[in-house]
Amino acid sequence: MAYPSDLKYTKDHEWVRLSGNTAEVGITDYAQQQLGDVVFVDLAAVGTAVTAGGPFGTIESVKAVSELFAPVSGEIVAINERLAQAPEDVNARPHETWMVKIHLAAAPDGLLDSAQYEALLA
Amino acid sequence: MSDTAATAPHNTALKPTPLHARHVASGARMVPYAGWDMPVEYSGITAEHLAVRTRAGVFDVSHMGEIEIAGKDALKTVQHLTCNDASRLKVGQAQYSALLTPDGTFVDDILVYRMAPSHFMIVVNAGNTAKAVEWISTQAPAVGEAAVVDSSARYALIAIQGPAALDTVQPLTGADLASVRPYWFTYGEVAQARALISRTGYTGEDGFEIYVPPNMADRVWQALLQAGHAAGVVPCGLGARDTLRLEAAMRLYGQDIDDTTTPVEAGLSGIVGWDKPAFVGADRLRAQKASGPERVLVGLEMLDRGIARHGYAVVKDGAAVGTVTSGTQTPFLKKAIAMAYLPAALAAPGTRVDVDVRGRASAATVVPLPFYKRPRAV
Repeated sequence: MAYPSDLKYTKDHEWVRLSGNTAEVGITDYAQQQLGDVVFVDLAAVGTAVTAGGPFGTIESVKAVSELFAPVSGEIVAINERLAQAPEDVNARPHETWMVKIHLAAAPDGLLDSAQYEALLA
Repeated sequence: MSDTAATAPHNTALKPTPLHARHVASGARMVPYAGWDMPVEYSGITAEHLAVRTRAGVFDVSHMGEIEIAGKDALKTVQHLTCNDASRLKVGQAQYSALLTPDGTFVDDILVYRMAPSHFMIVVNAGNTAKAVEWISTQAPAVGEAAVVDSSARYALIAIQGPAALDTVQPLTGADLASVRPYWFTYGEVAQARALISRTGYTGEDGFEIYVPPNMADRVWQALLQAGHAAGVVPCGLGARDTLRLEAAMRLYGQDIDDTTTPVEAGLSGIVGWDKPAFVGADRLRAQKASGPERVLVGLEMLDRGIARHGYAVVKDGAAVGTVTSGTQTPFLKKAIAMAYLPAALAAPGTRVDVDVRGRASAATVVPLPFYKRPRAV
C-alpha cells in the first residue's frame, strides 16, 4: 500500500493528519497488519492532555494488547465513537479511521513524511 | 503503537515443520511458538475462526510430539504414568489424559492412542516434548518391560476441523470415516499418503487429525485444501486454534494448566481413572477430591468493556482472589471470555467479580464451561 502523502507518521506506526491547530490521529496500515483483527479500541477521554510519545489509549486485537502513543502534544478534543461498535474499521480503512482529535499545544516535532515512513518499513 | 505480540525477527534456530515452505509461500504470518516457526494466521484470526465454526479449516500441528510405548508391559507403564484409565481403551481408540507429577500437577496434558494391545502412542504438546520423553523414559524401566521411543520426527500432523471436515476428507481416502466415532481412529491412505486418521481435535468442532509421513505432508495439505475449496475450507494458523479452543474451554498447557495445577482444580476430574490402581499423582488427586479443591478453573464473561488476558488479576471486594489463565474477545460468540482460577466459594455461575484490566476494574460474571458447544446432529 502507498502511504498517503497528506499524512505524517511516527516510528511507532501512528499517523497524524494536521489541519490548523488540530490533529487527527490513527494507526498505519502496517500497524493494523501487525496487530491482526482489531476487536477493541480504548481511548482516553475528551479533555485529556497528552504528550507526544505518551499513551492515549490501547488497542486490542484478538491476540494481543498494544498501547497507542500520541504523535503530538495537546488536548484530546474528540474521540471516534464509532470505534466502540466497529473496531474493525481500523483494519478495513486504517488511514481514514481516526481515533482521536488533538488540539495542538505545541508545533509537531519529529514526524516523518510518507517517503520517510515507507523507507522505515522497507 | 507498541506491538506486544511476538513479532520478533525469525530466529534461525526455530524448527520448521514439513509444511513450513508451504506456509511461507502462501503468505501466512509466521511466529515463533514453542521453538517452532509456525503460522499464526493466514487470512485473519476472525475469518479463520468463523470458517471452522461454519465450514472447516486446515491446521498444521506438526509441532506436536509423539511418543510411542510398546512391549510386554506397555499398558502397565501407561497406566502408571498417565491419569486416565488406559485399560478402557480398545485398539483403535484414543483418550484425553495427562502426565502428572507425584504432586498431582500437570507435566503435560496428552492424547493416548491404543495402536495395539501392547502399543500406545502419546501425543504431547510441542513445548513439552523433550520434557515428556525424559519423564516417561526415566520412570518406565521401574514399571516393567516397555520401549519408549520419541517418534515425533516420523509424523507430520494435519488437523481438519469443522462441520465440512468429513465431506472434505472422505473423497480422498478409502477408509470409511463416517464409521470412525469421536476419539477413535483408523488407518488408511489420504491422497495416497499412509495415514493414521483420528476423529479428534482442539477446536470444539467435529473433525480429524491426520498423521502422515513428513514427506507426504505437503501433498495431503494441498489435497485437503483443494478438496475443500468449493465448500470454503481455508488454511488456519495457531491464532484461530487458540480462540477456537478457548471458546470450547479446552485447556492450554502453560496457561490454564501447568506444574502448579491439578486435574481436579482444572475441572478435569473426568480424565482421572479413579478406579484404577495407583498411578503417579493419585494420592494428591484423591485427597483433593475428598476435601474439595481450594481453587477451581472457572469461565468468566466480561460485563464491562474490556478484555481479560492471561495473567490479569481477578478481584472480589477489592482483594485479589485469582488469576486469569486465558482470555480473548471471541470471534464467534462475540463476547469477551476468559478462564481463571478462583476460590471454590466464588466458583458458582452467576458470581460477580472484577478483572483488573491494566489498572481498571472491569466487572465479570462466572459462567459455566464450555462457552461454546457445537450443535449436534440428531
